Amino acid sequence: MRSILIATMGAGLLLAQDHAGFSPGQDTEAGAQLFFANCSNCHGVDGATVPGVDLGRNKFKTASTDEDLMRIVINGVPGTGMPPTNLPREYASNIVAYLRSLVVPTVFNGGDARRGHDLFTTKGCTNCHRVLGTGSRTAPDLSEIGSMRKPKELEQSILDPDADIKPNNRTFKAVTRDGATITGRVINRDTFTFQVIDSKERLLMLEKADLREFSFSEKSAMPSFKDRLAPAEVADLVTYLMSLKRMDSK
Amino acid sequence: MKRLAWTGSLLLAGSLTAPVSFAQVSFDRILNANKEPQNWLTYSGNLSGQRYSELAQITPANVGNLEMNWAFQARSTEKFETTPLVVDGKMYITQAPNDVIALDAATGRTFWVFNYTPSTDARPCCGRVNRGVAVLGDTLFMATIDSHLIAIDATNGRPIWNVETGSAKAGYAMTHAPLVVKDKVIVGVAGGEYGIRGYIAAYDARTGKEAWRFYTIPGPGEPGHETWSGDSWMHGGASVWMTGSYDADANLTYWGVGNPGPDFHGNDRPGDNLYSDCVVALDADTGKLKWYFQFTPHDVYDYDSVQVPVLADMEWKGRNRKIMLWANRNGFYYALDRTTGEFLNGKPFSTVTWAKGLDERGRPMRIAANNPASNAQRIYPGPLGATNWYSPSYSPRTGLFYIPAWDNTHAEFQDAPADYKEGKNYTGGVLKNYGAGIRANQVLDRKEEDGYGVVRAIDAKTGERKWEFKMADLTMSGILTTASDLLFTGSREGYFSALDARDGRLLWKVSAGGDIAMGPMTYQVNGKQYVAFAAGSSLFAFALRP
Repeated sequence: MRSILIATMGAGLLLAQDHAGFSPGQDTEAGAQLFFANCSNCHGVDGATVPGVDLGRNKFKTASTDEDLMRIVINGVPGTGMPPTNLPREYASNIVAYLRSLVVPTVFNGGDARRGHDLFTTKGCTNCHRVLGTGSRTAPDLSEIGSMRKPKELEQSILDPDADIKPNNRTFKAVTRDGATITGRVINRDTFTFQVIDSKERLLMLEKADLREFSFSEKSAMPSFKDRLAPAEVADLVTYLMSLKRMDSK
Repeated sequence: MKRLAWTGSLLLAGSLTAPVSFAQVSFDRILNANKEPQNWLTYSGNLSGQRYSELAQITPANVGNLEMNWAFQARSTEKFETTPLVVDGKMYITQAPNDVIALDAATGRTFWVFNYTPSTDARPCCGRVNRGVAVLGDTLFMATIDSHLIAIDATNGRPIWNVETGSAKAGYAMTHAPLVVKDKVIVGVAGGEYGIRGYIAAYDARTGKEAWRFYTIPGPGEPGHETWSGDSWMHGGASVWMTGSYDADANLTYWGVGNPGPDFHGNDRPGDNLYSDCVVALDADTGKLKWYFQFTPHDVYDYDSVQVPVLADMEWKGRNRKIMLWANRNGFYYALDRTTGEFLNGKPFSTVTWAKGLDERGRPMRIAANNPASNAQRIYPGPLGATNWYSPSYSPRTGLFYIPAWDNTHAEFQDAPADYKEGKNYTGGVLKNYGAGIRANQVLDRKEEDGYGVVRAIDAKTGERKWEFKMADLTMSGILTTASDLLFTGSREGYFSALDARDGRLLWKVSAGGDIAMGPMTYQVNGKQYVAFAAGSSLFAFALRP
């Protein structure tokens, strides 16, 4: 489920956008809906399936300005696989706003990002998570999590980690034919194999045929912090995490 | 019509070691293609659409000894959807979008390249792709994304004639391999997302002159026009973008027709919207409609019925009948009498929630709540269907029909008005929670409950599932079966696999490293059987280790 589409703001958490790079009034939520309705069929849900283009990281073949992008959304690119849409300018601008929101730093006013950072490093988060090269790799790397989740979703993950787990964040457990037990996360898979990062941060390639058994747990390996953090601390932590945006890899 | 300046390059023609020779491909040879299984003379191998080969050198016992003999790397990053033709040791492929290349089928070496640059007005909805050429005599035929049909000399790659069949600027495009019937080349047109009026047209193979044209949406005064409202027929889509079949006894050519437009907004086109989502049976000489069968009347889900019509003769309830087998994008399997269009049998082959079943005439019994106007219901299958354009296969040896299927894919459809503007998107509505696109992600992050690919083998007579081969990701690969009871297919994951056609057992696989989104084929040169498929940007030919 692309829960990014249906996120709503949680009580006590207010979303304020820094509109650097695009005009006020553009709606990133609407833009996300339009993106998944009009663009993701070819570009993929993360915007990276067309060779040479990575929309999620704002890597484009020719466009640089918002106006360039809007022109391409509306008119397509003649002589390429990018067809024209029939979208009004307002809709196109929402799509552009959504794409820009994935890389433009966001100020989230729900709490204090510096305090959130301190909580992140002192409350045990880095025992499993990693940010910008620091911390463990056993749980998802959160260096760009602010581009991938909404505040409400992050709050939910902190307070109720089992509520909504992405397929590749489920806990994987396998027993090999010689009796060894492997736990970790499946980071890619196909009909015959699993690619796993295990509890020792090793990348493993497992053939299903070599496994005696395997299973996924819908329970998150992450503990709930509901009783460990005060509401204000949750807001601080969410504010910090929302500040972690995708890096342009140019 | 216009003559083309020749832009092709002749690479190895006339070489002392590999002289180009060419035997005329008469229509009689095409009609009897099963008698020369060393060749692959049409998109589906023959005119019946079965994608079944009599070659049997590669068997379940030795298929584990397959090895790559050669690879051809395309100068294109578009999906490689072509099914090669092979004629007497020469292979003809297309390179996306619209180059034609002649190769030596035993080595993969290039003889010549015909480069065609489509108009920048071309706007195919879903990729600048092409699925292959047709052959007749010593001429190849390619349909282009700017809606031209081009005849090319198979010996040297020089263009012979070029006709425009529709306006590229208005969204008319062609992506499928043409079908040759007698002295005519038959094509259909894509562009349903742009409000075209679909058609199937036949051209004189020698001159390119249009012989007949059948509009898939009847005009004023024609039967079926009453199934549209107001001017909706003018931009109602009903595109045709997969190769048809032909029955010589009945002299009928069969074609699947796409969905009506706007795709998800049906309020402006009340009625059944004929002949959208139909199979039409046309007189091959005149293009006159003999019969039609509509799979999804008044479609609001984008369930194009463009699948390759598969023709099979079999004993049916005590008498021999000429049957048409059809696994439809709407999730139902159908068996029809292909002489009359009579519905014989049908049942779902995948998860279906838009209809609760088929009535005695094969018409779907709709579930009223499950349509886009009811506001974003989760509906199965999703808009890309329970199958799509990927070729199925029928083996007369096993009596099984093999479907490249998607199961569990779904979407929330939401109706929205659409205004027609020439060449602009005309789909009307949006889709939500729809994670299955037309290209694979490099990393799979999907639960089985959100969709998977599967080869489903069903009894052609009863529709009962006999076995299945499930994949982790979706599949866009066609299926090939052979007289040694082998089944070959690919996947989005890049595996090309051989299964036992009788029970679905995996016998061999190779990881080819890219989406396989084409129909595999087989041929024989100098006594050696090859199996060819494309993955990513490359075409591979495998044969048994000596």
